[in-house]
Amino acid sequence: MANDVALDARPASAPPLDERSIYLRRLVVRALDGGARGHIGSSMSLIEIMRVLYDDILRFRADDPDWPERDRCILSKGHGCLAQYVMLAEKGFFPHDILDTFCRRDSILGGHPEAGKVPGIEASTGALGHGLPIGVGRAMGLRIKRSTARVYVITGDGEINEGSVWEAALSASKHRLANLTVMIDYNKVQSAGPTAEILDLEPLADKWRAFGFAVSEVDGHDIEALRRGLRPASPPADPPSLIICHTVKGKGLAFAENDANWHHKSSIKKDLVEQMYGALETR
Amino acid sequence: MRPTCIDKVFELARRDPRVAYIGSDLDPPLVKRMNAEMPGRAFMEGVSEQHVVGMAAGLAMEGFIPFVHTIATFITRRCYEQVAVDLCLHNLPVRLIGNGGGLVYAPLGPTHLAIEDIAIMRALPNMTVVSVCDADEMKRFMDQTLDWPGPIYIRLAKGYDPIVSRADLDFTIGKAIVMREAAAALDRVVLVATGVATTRALAAADALAEDGIQCSVIHMHTVKPLDAHTLLDHAAGASLVVTIEEHTVLGGLGSAVTDALVEGRPGGVVPPLKRLGIPDAFAKNYGSQDDLMELYGIQPPQIAQAVRDGLRRVPA
Repeated sequence: MANDVALDARPASAPPLDERSIYLRRLVVRALDGGARGHIGSSMSLIEIMRVLYDDILRFRADDPDWPERDRCILSKGHGCLAQYVMLAEKGFFPHDILDTFCRRDSILGGHPEAGKVPGIEASTGALGHGLPIGVGRAMGLRIKRSTARVYVITGDGEINEGSVWEAALSASKHRLANLTVMIDYNKVQSAGPTAEILDLEPLADKWRAFGFAVSEVDGHDIEALRRGLRPASPPADPPSLIICHTVKGKGLAFAENDANWHHKSSIKKDLVEQMYGALETR
Repeated sequence: MRPTCIDKVFELARRDPRVAYIGSDLDPPLVKRMNAEMPGRAFMEGVSEQHVVGMAAGLAMEGFIPFVHTIATFITRRCYEQVAVDLCLHNLPVRLIGNGGGLVYAPLGPTHLAIEDIAIMRALPNMTVVSVCDADEMKRFMDQTLDWPGPIYIRLAKGYDPIVSRADLDFTIGKAIVMREAAAALDRVVLVATGVATTRALAAADALAEDGIQCSVIHMHTVKPLDAHTLLDHAAGASLVVTIEEHTVLGGLGSAVTDALVEGRPGGVVPPLKRLGIPDAFAKNYGSQDDLMELYGIQPPQIAQAVRDGLRRVPA
């Protein structure tokens, strides 16, 4: 299709993680240490996606999270919230030391993000398949209000097993929501194992094209590729856009990469915390 | 009641630019009328209840008041998680219009009956559950939906139901209406009903009056939040309280009233109580709404008989 952007999407082509990507992962480990639990693999695959969104793409005001002209960023795969929490801390939505309170009784930072509790969180997610329908509604609302704000919805790959995602895709396409961008964190491993074995999504790009989206594919750990994907030379004129971000589950922690066993861990002890910091130092 | 409700959505949309409408696969004329006069605020999104509720949440997050309309059982059961998470957890002003609550779709069988909708909606924090008794009351209710915070489940009856509500009794969401006040008597009975069951309760009260049995009739149009104050006020000293609902006896009006009476103990005691409604079983019959209401014992003669039986069982 004319709107497709052909990019080298193989994760193996990604340059090594730079200092900022390592630093952001260390912040995730800091929160995992604080809460002694968390979705490790699911957050690590998302880091560069959230980094590029918050560093380069989204319009927001950290001191005015409800600023009407802000872009709406909905992390539909809410279990990856640590990747969003660290970017919100980086941008000043809340102080970094709040990360240490992750999942504690009175914390604002739960294991899934909650709107109204965490500044900068647009929708309470965690139950899968909710972000895109909400994103479609917000994009419709912004269009009615003639706002120039955009809506970004980030889904997981296992998440799009949910039928509600495809119901919303039909609707987004029908309404030709040019102000909507969907990104899939395609790390190819869901909670119980490889997506190809659990419920194969392929041919994934063709499916979304068939649903009327302008589809592009990028290496989801390549900062420049993500920037190009989110700022295409010729942006789609009116269909909603979808970027398949090829990522690695657990990216940055060699011992956890591509391993479903690291999807989530509870009772995280100090030695595992040190192991994670160590793995990030030796990259 | 249904045409009135839909007409009121149109009227409210004209009055207030925040009002939007989302249908799934019902009422195309409203979408046409709205889009002719106020383009872009009415949608027909197909048979996709999960998406439709999420989309309504997204519109509400942008400041709109969306009215979502489809068949009652599908707008409650099919998308229950979306109603819970997208609407109730975010406490958004979305109005769910459930077409054909209760036994309205009797000829279409158990897949289309909404007999536990009140129970599952009232179990959700922040949800308001309203079941008016006729078209006139629907008008008075709909006028209040613009400023009510949080989501509302609106249970529609069949339509063209007899008018029994009275403008002079007013209407406030969350405030029960005493449709009939029992005179002081030896045996004073309180009938508590919601939706079109109130119409049946009033007819039963008329029949019982001829036998010398005095009944108050409380129309509990808002099942949540329940007006426990009015209930306890009337239940104090009553010989018998009977709840009547076109709904399973599990978790609906009868359960809500029982909870309130047991916890409130009007006059220091829990009055004798009888709950009339649909038993804990899927419907095995077709026919009409009235046929099934008779089968389940919630037509006026059966309500009256239940009261007589209940009074006989109450120890002197």
